[in-house]
Amino acid sequence: MITETAQQRDRARTIFEKSQRGRRAFVAPKADVPHEEGLLPERFRRSEPARLPEIAEPEIVRHYNRLSKRNFDLDTGFYPLGSCTMKHNPKLHERVAALPGNARLHPLQHPRRAQGALRLMWELQSALAEIAGLPHVSLQPSAGSQGELAGVLLTRAYHEDRGEHRTKVITPDTAHGTNPATVTMAGLQVVKVGTDDRGGVDIEDLKEKAGDDVACLMLTNPNTLGLFDTRIEEIERIVHGAGATLYYDGANLNAVMGRTRPGDMGFDIVHYNLHKTFTQPHGGGGPGAGPIAVSHRIEPFLPRPQVVRRESGDGARPEFDLDYDRPKSIGRLRGFQGNYGVFVRSYAYILSLGADGLQEASETAVLNANYLMARLAETAGEHVPAAYERTCMHEFVLTGGPMKRALGIRTLDVAKRLLDYGFHPPTVYFPLLVDEALLIEPTETETRETLDAFAEAIGEILAEAAEDPESARNAPYTTPVRRLDEAGAAKRPVVRQPLGA
Amino acid sequence: MLAAIGADSIDALFADVPEGVRLGRPIDLPAGRPEQEVYRYLRDLAALNVSAEDEVSFLGAGMYDHYVPAIVDSILARSEFLTPYTPYQPEVSQGTLQLMFEYQTAISELTGLPVSNATLYEAPSAVASAGWLAYQKNRRKRFLVSRGLHPHSREALAATSAGWGTAIEEIPLADGVTDADALSEAVSDDVCAVFLQYPNFLGAVEDLEALVPPARAGGATLIVQCDAIPLGILRPPGEFGVDIAVGEGQPLGNRLDYGGPSFGFFAAREEYLRRMPGRIAGETTDVDGRRGFVLTLQTREQHIRREKATHNITTAQTLNALAGIVHLSWLGREGLVELGELLLQRTAYARAALSAIEGVEPLHSQPVVREFAVALDADVAAVIERCAADGVNPGYPLARDYPEYENGLLVALTEQRSRADIDRLASTLQAAVREAVPA
Repeated sequence: MITETAQQRDRARTIFEKSQRGRRAFVAPKADVPHEEGLLPERFRRSEPARLPEIAEPEIVRHYNRLSKRNFDLDTGFYPLGSCTMKHNPKLHERVAALPGNARLHPLQHPRRAQGALRLMWELQSALAEIAGLPHVSLQPSAGSQGELAGVLLTRAYHEDRGEHRTKVITPDTAHGTNPATVTMAGLQVVKVGTDDRGGVDIEDLKEKAGDDVACLMLTNPNTLGLFDTRIEEIERIVHGAGATLYYDGANLNAVMGRTRPGDMGFDIVHYNLHKTFTQPHGGGGPGAGPIAVSHRIEPFLPRPQVVRRESGDGARPEFDLDYDRPKSIGRLRGFQGNYGVFVRSYAYILSLGADGLQEASETAVLNANYLMARLAETAGEHVPAAYERTCMHEFVLTGGPMKRALGIRTLDVAKRLLDYGFHPPTVYFPLLVDEALLIEPTETETRETLDAFAEAIGEILAEAAEDPESARNAPYTTPVRRLDEAGAAKRPVVRQPLGA
Repeated sequence: MLAAIGADSIDALFADVPEGVRLGRPIDLPAGRPEQEVYRYLRDLAALNVSAEDEVSFLGAGMYDHYVPAIVDSILARSEFLTPYTPYQPEVSQGTLQLMFEYQTAISELTGLPVSNATLYEAPSAVASAGWLAYQKNRRKRFLVSRGLHPHSREALAATSAGWGTAIEEIPLADGVTDADALSEAVSDDVCAVFLQYPNFLGAVEDLEALVPPARAGGATLIVQCDAIPLGILRPPGEFGVDIAVGEGQPLGNRLDYGGPSFGFFAAREEYLRRMPGRIAGETTDVDGRRGFVLTLQTREQHIRREKATHNITTAQTLNALAGIVHLSWLGREGLVELGELLLQRTAYARAALSAIEGVEPLHSQPVVREFAVALDADVAAVIERCAADGVNPGYPLARDYPEYENGLLVALTEQRSRADIDRLASTLQAAVREAVPA
């Protein structure tokens, strides 16, 4: 971030406000065909041009460069946002994704002339299948939430095909909000299952709810508390015993690569978050990709088209193709073949790390998380203890309850004060069942020094607050803007720039 | 580090994984490779593709080979835009939030609708999301879908709505545009939503003035998928009384990338604001009274409302939206109009040049801006192969999506296709059609 003077700070002007009539950057290609009048009936024509900015290139560059400096980003500092896996994004990935053979390849190019892309997708499918322990992969879904929707629709199609009308999907109360939201969007009903005192699925509650109207259990393992559900085998027996399928939310796959696989745990359907586990620049929210993997019995229902490899009879090179002829398919959830640019980056990651590297990534992620949890117990354990006294996986949850009672400050205050210390705060107030939760995911690409510095910063913030709670309550102080009026924004929404003529 | 944890080995950290579900062997993938080898391998794969860099391509059908200005690459490469996550901490995310706000403003302008979200994934799923919004609002059970709507959008709507108990009915085309009489006949007060495309999949500019009144007669939500670039010269959907306009963001500053990532834009009338899917940036002030931006109306969203959320989407395609607003700023108010006029003229020229070829007929006679369809008196697959051998990609064959246009070809223009390119297309196509066995 840049230093902004008081005057500059007050002037968050939009690019529309910097517009001056007559300025421009674009030079149109010459009109090289005979001009013809009346090609478009007047009633189809816009009466006034869209009021886009009028601005020259140097000012566009300066505007967005200055804007960029009002962001905190992963390439600049520690970003332990739980559940988001903010690991380093290797720069090679941008280079290979930008190769013209990738970046300028039209999605409707004939498969014969897109063999490199289709082969890359096929190889990525195979690698993902091995990592998850499930044999069939569709790369199509655009993101985790669309992968989840695909998964629930697959479950629905599977049961319908068997003549069973199952209408309920069980989600734990620790689940990501997308799980229940997806169930509703798929036209099914959510049934919540509780959490036991060790942070796992409440088995008795599950037994009670796993009836013959249940289509599926959606589970994250390790779950959003960062804990591996040790009773996963029992859960699998209960769910499959009820005739339901088992869905794995792959948001936390970064914890277990090379150690265990959703397929080995008995899951039927998995979604991956390529932007998390297989590192993708998050881009301020997106893009990402949410491929799915399924077992044999779910395979006929996978989205179409599917990338396939056809052996040629004469010993020549195999051909890669798009298979549309999938009569039981749930269809397509989006256009074209998915977020190919994301596939290139994630495949570059898998090739770079290899089998050994992927396992080491997960092991180091878990090591870093446990180390940071231990260090935080030293520096801040009195006020923000671990919510569960167990070995965590790649992330862990602290509770700010004792802090709120003893110091009178809240998790939000700690988060805001962390900004002044140059750290991005963890995920806060999630999972919902932990009071004043802080969900911390350091990832494998952070050094011990960074983890130490973070633990010490939290300790200092609490010590400061013990002296003067206002120090945290009024934070941050050093950021481009300070706490913003979110309630006011929602009450009287201003979602676009008002423009003059 | 293990000592600080109190564990004696890495294995001990994984003790919670029950014996029975452990992998117990290494992942069966090759070992890791150095950066230069990975680069070489992926470079060689990319070289197997024939991209718009390698041939004169007239492929479109939803994604278009527009020139992406260098300024887009430069700004998107900034780590401050490239590597943060969703702006959950607005105090250190003003860059992202402000660009969302600017993007929303530009989309409002293009569509003529007052509110826009900060993007969905891409166009077809945005169409399906608009259908979900309509269904949530009125709970009616019939979707009327123009056959001129992108086939992928129709398929995405069908797949997404499989569990809603809704039915999809297609409104046929007449001379390349939605049949207004058939639409009027199908409309009644049990229709949930009507879906049109503008210009439609065959490149024809739909007469929204004629279609909107019957479409809205029964109180259905009217959803129109738009191509953003022609909106520079076309009367925007909002002016016709359309409820929701969605579309593919790729033509706005995004690469082809073999189909993604890009973004889907989503704009609507004011009354839909509090039910819209996706992130929305809003303006506000901080405790010192300074102007700032936040994610707003979050009580619509899954992380707050869970099963009662208006949609399951979590993220915006923010980086792609940034490409969009930078490209639109670079084009500017006059530039987008000039681009639209150029495409209009070149497309008319190309349509005339191709239609003059023996064995090539226009598929319809409607006004077009940047894309048009022709019918060949020859096997279209063979023609495409023949053209490809000459370094020309003549367009997208319609047969898979439109069996009724068995030898139909959809031809798209961008500002990167000059008159010389069009002349080359015409001569190549002429030779190919002449050679191909009549269908």
